[in-house]
Parts: sequence; structure tokens; C-alpha cells
Amino acid sequence: MSTTLETKKNVAIMFAGDSGDGIQLTGTQFTDTAALLGNDISTFPNFPAEIRAPQGTLAGVSGYQLHFGSVEIFTPGDGCDVLVVMNAAALKANLKGLHTGGIIIANTDGFDIKNLKLAKYPDGVNPLKDGSLEKFKVYEIDVTKMTRTALADSGMGTKEIDRSKNMFVLGFIYWMYNRDMSNSIAFLQEKFKKRPDLIEANLKVLKAGYNYGETTETFNARYEVKAAKMQKGEYRNIMGNQAAALGLIAAANKSNLSLFYGTYPITPASDILHELAKYKNFGIKTFQAEDEIAAVCSTIGASFGGSLGVTASSGPGIALKGEAIGLATMLEIPLVICNIQRGGPSTGLPTKTEQADLLQAMYGRNGEGPVAIISASTPSDCFDTAYEACRIAVEHMTPVFFLSDGYIANGSEPWIFPSAKDLKPIKVDYAKARNPEDAKFLPYKRDEKLVRPWAIPGTKGLEHRVGGIEKENETGNISYDPDNHELMVNLRAQKIERIADYIPLQEIDNGPAKGKLLILGWGSTYGSIKTAVIEALSEGYEVAHAHVRYLNPFPKNLGQILSNYDTVLMPEINSGQLIKMVRDKYLIPAIGFNKVKGMPFTSTEIKNKIVELLK
Amino acid sequence: METQQATLSAKDFVTDQDVRWCPGCGDYSILKQVQTVLPDLGIPRENIVFVSGIGCSSRFPYYMETFGMHSIHGRAAAVASGLKATRPELSVWIVSGDGDSMSIGGNHLIHLLRRNFDVNLLIFNNEIYGLTKGQYSPASPEGKITKSSPMGSIDHPFNPAALALGADATFFARSMDRDPIHLREILKRSNAHKGSSVVEIYQNCNVFNDGAFEVFTEKGTKKMETLFVETGKPLLFGEGQSKGIKLDGFTPRVVDLTSGESANDLWIHDEKDRVKAQILSRFFDDPKKEDHLPRPFGIFYQEERFCYEDALNAQINDAIKAKGKGDLDALLRGKNTWTIN
Repeated sequence: MSTTLETKKNVAIMFAGDSGDGIQLTGTQFTDTAALLGNDISTFPNFPAEIRAPQGTLAGVSGYQLHFGSVEIFTPGDGCDVLVVMNAAALKANLKGLHTGGIIIANTDGFDIKNLKLAKYPDGVNPLKDGSLEKFKVYEIDVTKMTRTALADSGMGTKEIDRSKNMFVLGFIYWMYNRDMSNSIAFLQEKFKKRPDLIEANLKVLKAGYNYGETTETFNARYEVKAAKMQKGEYRNIMGNQAAALGLIAAANKSNLSLFYGTYPITPASDILHELAKYKNFGIKTFQAEDEIAAVCSTIGASFGGSLGVTASSGPGIALKGEAIGLATMLEIPLVICNIQRGGPSTGLPTKTEQADLLQAMYGRNGEGPVAIISASTPSDCFDTAYEACRIAVEHMTPVFFLSDGYIANGSEPWIFPSAKDLKPIKVDYAKARNPEDAKFLPYKRDEKLVRPWAIPGTKGLEHRVGGIEKENETGNISYDPDNHELMVNLRAQKIERIADYIPLQEIDNGPAKGKLLILGWGSTYGSIKTAVIEALSEGYEVAHAHVRYLNPFPKNLGQILSNYDTVLMPEINSGQLIKMVRDKYLIPAIGFNKVKGMPFTSTEIKNKIVELLK
Repeated sequence: METQQATLSAKDFVTDQDVRWCPGCGDYSILKQVQTVLPDLGIPRENIVFVSGIGCSSRFPYYMETFGMHSIHGRAAAVASGLKATRPELSVWIVSGDGDSMSIGGNHLIHLLRRNFDVNLLIFNNEIYGLTKGQYSPASPEGKITKSSPMGSIDHPFNPAALALGADATFFARSMDRDPIHLREILKRSNAHKGSSVVEIYQNCNVFNDGAFEVFTEKGTKKMETLFVETGKPLLFGEGQSKGIKLDGFTPRVVDLTSGESANDLWIHDEKDRVKAQILSRFFDDPKKEDHLPRPFGIFYQEERFCYEDALNAQINDAIKAKGKGDLDALLRGKNTWTIN
């Protein structure tokens, strides 16, 4: 029987199995290969909250969704076209995301009585046998048996052999999508370079998976996804948290400041710490503090000493840092606070995504303690946004929130990486030493940006005291004077407002500059909105998309843009937070579109909303 | 530069701010002794930083003509850790109280000590919350009657010496506001120690806890109730140094030298001896108790151990040696790239 080669514009594959099945590795390997072959890609891993939940259970299912195409890709995909499941629980947990007519590749060994029971299928029910999957194309493969057979002569134990199952699946998918395996072969050779026996075993299983596709007659269709017409340039693949880390390093490098990163481990922010800890040869100091409060306070100490101080956390940790962030607003020193948001409140949904900490960033301090806030919209945008957060912090002597979330932090996409020389310069001048005959040093005397000098210890003649108590204008001495307090509250607010003079104007991402409907988004909803708006525009709907990076202060022209549309729709992965700020500032009747399920919007959800509003 | 430093005097460390502690507060003496000692340390004034938290003691930086930060409650140790990690050449002094360092800031205290940043930590212990007007503190004795404990405190107090040694502090000393000569000596030794130096200073709050330490500070009782320890010298106290401490196994016993006991058999203090320091830290009886041990003052313990900031910088240097100084372009490029033409 001959196989046909069908060309697809884009495909979304969901790899799912036990968290111990090596699903994330299978996914990332296929992703890297797709990227190297010139596909546009977007990925999203979906981990269980437990590190090793009981095997075979629904709680233990780990997933990795990859969307790749010969067209531009902005999201990991609404649902998937192919679902690869290592066991019954993986099928049960992910079936509702599979498109009708989609392909299921099932490891039959994962559908034995024990696994069916663990996945809570009723006694005697096996979805592979009962006809319930007839809307889909189901390919059953006994991956476990094939892997064991391939390694029968290896002398390895069964347990060790079974760890290579994911390579069989990877090899098979490579066959199915007509992919060259050399990138994964090189990867395995590097990963196990100290264990030649494991290199051999993994390569054998990988090739066995590929050959299985080639030689069995069950599979009569192969697919091809050609390279995308992407912007010219040199690309690499990057994950959001990794991009954020690189943005911080780049900002330290361009500003000639040393980077201090004070933090406490928390999901999903820890990967920034792991990434930065690798680069000690850049002079980066990472400090794993005893708690969230010490993390931010040590960072404040480092900033006071003249370092680029960055702290990071997720919602619960940010709550603990609140008082210290208030201190930084009083000290008026640079401080970057990364909040990689997750589902809340309290412990909430640690491994799921949400955009529900915007108002916490905006208002989460006692008294009036304004800070700047910016947000990243895609995995690679985390680089630019983290860099920009550092620039604003040091040029405006202020705490700056960098908001990302679990969705883009763990997601990945191709990135035209910049060269160091093309990065926007960051200007930093510490206050200069003074002689005894010079006028008295005024630590709170401001420049045209309303910014005070950064006077670091060790500078002769600048000895001065700062603190959290209200300070007298210019001198910084303690002051309880009522008029002075009001003046200082206003000055601190105006200082943040004035940042608007030093940031880019808001642009329209897509669609007409005036018209019926504007979709105004922020953060990680970018990909879904962009995909939906492109589709709606192609169908003739009069809709535009603007995505706000600068959330406080807003770009100066944002109000003008909003007034150019009859309706403003604001999708958010929360119950309506940016919409409160927009309504408050511009007094417009924006419409909220909200989803709080720990999951991103699908582009279909946004598209349907556009159609509903423009009907 | 060198000659200018030599001419600094205590006056050069006085700011133009009015000192606002209550008249008669023990803090005045501590401020005076710190200002007196600093010129002798040979540190350029601009390289000195005082970091404090919240409480009466924490106003201290405003009165020191150095760099200073009055941070937030309990967090001075954390702020100082970040500062010292990034600016190891600075002389960093943390000023805290019993509540600030052991209650709200207890966590930062123990972690500062195990990491052993090279800083000086002055704990002004007045066994009361002064700034909030008189509630019991984690150092107040059991049964203490205060505004928040009208029937007496049922909180068992911290023993600061035992707490510090339990957290592996590399230097612990105790002194008092009413003994300026001793306090100045201890401050100098604290500064000379490389590592986190804890100096607990008994400080009288004459408004909310007057006389808390008077048995140790007043002439009539001081000799009997205090034990000033010095390395190489026997543990002697009492009128005319007539009493001593002898170690009976691990048990300290008070002996009377006038009744035939020899000074040669006494416990000879050795600040490098961790086990003996732990025993010494347990000389913490209520002075009202029958047969109680005298309260020790001086340097209990001192050891050399690597400081966090040195290890941090050493790792950076090792990484640079091994991989070369970081190249931003190489980092941005990563390992796998592809080109679209």
C-alpha cells in the first residue's frame, strides 16, 4: 500500500502522557526541529501541579502543545489536530481539545485494565474499543512493546528501557511529518555524551519509531508542512522566562550596571533564576533569599548600592513584597519587579495562567505609592519588555513592574534575536562626588523628569540618609509637615506620569485606524487576539487590534485612539482589571470579555465575540 | 585622602538633625560611643552605611553623618545583605532593636548569621516595644506586665546569645549602654571581626521599661550580677573578684575564692571555644532566682568562617576564568539558529 503526502498549512499536535513519560522532551525536540526547518511555531506546555503525581492518573497528565505552520503562527493553537497519548488518562484529559476528524495516536499499553481504572473509565469500558472515538482517526501502537523489542539485546533493565518510549513516539511523528531527525540525533549525542550506551539505545528506539511508520501498512498518509514565509533574518527558538532573563542581562550590560537578582523560588517564575544563575561569567549576582520579603529587600539594598536590582515572583510572593515596594517608591531608587502571574487568589492555580495581578501591581501598597507597569505579550517579547523595565527603572529612579504570565513564560516561539549594538542605550549617571566647599547635597532635588540623583555609598561628600518616613522636599530629611506631605505625594505621582514623555506612542497592531470595533488587549492574550482579528479582517469585518505594553503610565495617545472607534472590547484572563483602569482614565464604555479558567483565550472565542458584536 | 581621614573626629559623624529620643534614653549613650569609635577605625566616612529597620533604635541612621537607610520593620538585615553582596568594600552597620531583630525580623536575623555577611549588627535590647508605647517584646521576661499583657506576659522570651549561636553566628558579644568604655571596646572588636558580628546592647528604656537592667548596671549590684569575660582570663565576678565559675563537666558552678577554692581551677574564657560559648549563653537566669548565675558581658564567641559575599565573588571570578567574560552577542544568539532569506 502506498502512502500519500498531504500538504498542510498548519498543524497543532498535543503530546500527552504521565509526567514521567518524557512528554516535555518529546515536544521540545519536535519543536526545535520544526523551527530549524523554517516553520513558524508556538508552543505551550501544560504541567500537572504535582512533581510526580501518581502514575496513570488524570492529575498526573503532562501535556505539550505545539502549533507549527507554513503560515504565521501566533498561538499554540485552539485545540489540536493530532493527539498523542501515552495512556488512558492522557486521552481523557485532552480529548475535548481534539478537532473533529483529528488523529489520535494511542499507546495501547497505556490502555490496559489498570490504566483504564486509574483514568476512571467505568469497568469494562475501553475508549479504543467501544466506538466512542469514531469521529477521529485512531492509530493504536503498542509503544511499550516496540521499545522493549528494539532494546531486547541491549542488556538494559525493563525500567530503563521503558524510559526511551518517548523516543519511539518522537521517531514516529518525525516520519508522519516527513522530518529530518538529525537535530534530535545531535541532541541525544550531546545529552548522553558520558553514557554511550544510552546514546545507542535512544537512537535505536528513535529510528525504530521512524521505521515503524515506514514499514507498517496501517498508516497511509504522511503530511508535509512547508517552511513559513517569515520575516528575513537569523532566528533562534526562545521561551518567555528565558527571554526575560536575557533581557535583564542585556539591560545590565548596556547600562554598565551589575545585575543583582534577589528572589525566592516560586512557580512559574523560578526558571528566570535558573537561567540567570548560569551566567555568573557576566558578573550576575543571583541571591536565593530566605523568603519573598528578603528577596525584595536585599534587592533594594543592592539598588541603593548602585546595582541594577531585580526581584521576581508570582502573585503570592508579590503580595509579601508589597511593603518593600512601597519603601522603594519612597526611596525613589530603581527596582524591577517581575511578576510571572498564575491563577489566584492565594495559592490558586500555580501551574495555570491568569492576568489577575494587574490591579495588585497598580494599587497593592499602603498609601499612594505609584509605580510604572509594563507587560509582555509573547514569549520573545519578554526580552524587550524586561529590557524596557530596566531602562525605565534606572532612568526614572522608580520601581517598575514587569508583568508576564505562565502562558508566555513557558511558551516558546522563534525569535529574530537582536545584536547587542542595536539595543536602545540606557543612560545612567550616578551623582558625582562633592568637595566640602560645594553647596550642600540635596538627595531629593529633581531634574526635568522629576527624577532625583542616584547617590551611591562610597561617593565622597554625598553622605545622606533615606528611608520610608515621609521626607522633606529636596533635603530628604524627615518631615511631618502636612503641606510637604501633599507636595511629595503629588511629586511622586507626577514623576510616574512624566514617564509617558519617554515611551513610544501606542500603535494599532492590525486593522483600520478608525472604525466600528477596537480590540484592546494586554499581555499574553496577544496571539489569540491577533489570530482572531486577522481572520475577521479577511472575512470583511471592520475590526482593529491594539495591544498595550505600557500599563502605567499609558501612552499619551491611547485616549485619542480609543475615541476613534464606536466600540472598545477588552479581552482579559481575569474578571476585568485593565478595563477598570481604562474606564477610570478615559471615561469610555469599554466592554469586557473575560475568561478565568486558568487557560488562555482561544482565537475562536475572540473571533466569535467579534462576530457577535459586529453582527 | 589618608591625612583627611586621620583628622576625622566624633563631631564629623554628627548630623544636623535633632535627636528625638526621649530624654534619658539609653540610645543617646550608644550613639555617642559609636560616633566616638568610628574615627578610630580608619574607614572613609563615605564608605560607611548604617541600615536600620523600624523602632526607636532604628532612627539611628538619621543621626549618623554617613550613608544611611531607615528601611522597614524587621528587614534591615535583608537590605544590608543585598548591599554587602554587591558592595563588599563598604562598612555596613545594622542597627536594630529586640522587637525589630527577633520578632518581625527574626527570620532575616538567623539567615544573615548563617550566611555570615561581613556586617556589624547592633541589637539595642530594651526588652520592650518603645515606639508603639509599651507592649512586651520577644525579649521581655515571662510575667512582664505591660499594656498588652496586663496579667503578665505568657510568652517565653528569646535568649539572644543562644539564638545567635544557634544560627551559627561567628561573633556574639554583649555590652550595655551604661558602660561606655566596655561598649566602645566591644564595638571596635565587632568591627575588626570579619563576618556577621552580633552585639547585644542592654539599653534602658526609661519611659516604658525603666530599670529593666539595673541589677547589671547599678553600682550596688553590678559586681555580683555581672560577669565580664575576656579570653585567657578566668571567669571572676563579685566584690573584689571574690567569686568564680568552675566547670563541673558541662555544669557551671559558682565557687567562693575566699573559702579555699583556687583561681587556677576556674573556667578560663576562650572565645574560640564553641561548646563553652554555648554554655555561657545559657547564663540567662532571672536575677531574682535563688542561686542564679551572673549575666556575662563581653565577647562570648568568635570564629573565622567564609563570608557569603566573598564566596559569591569567588564564584563569579571562577566562572569568568573558566568561560571567559560574558559575551552578550553570543548569549543572545544561543546554540541553535537558522536563517530565513
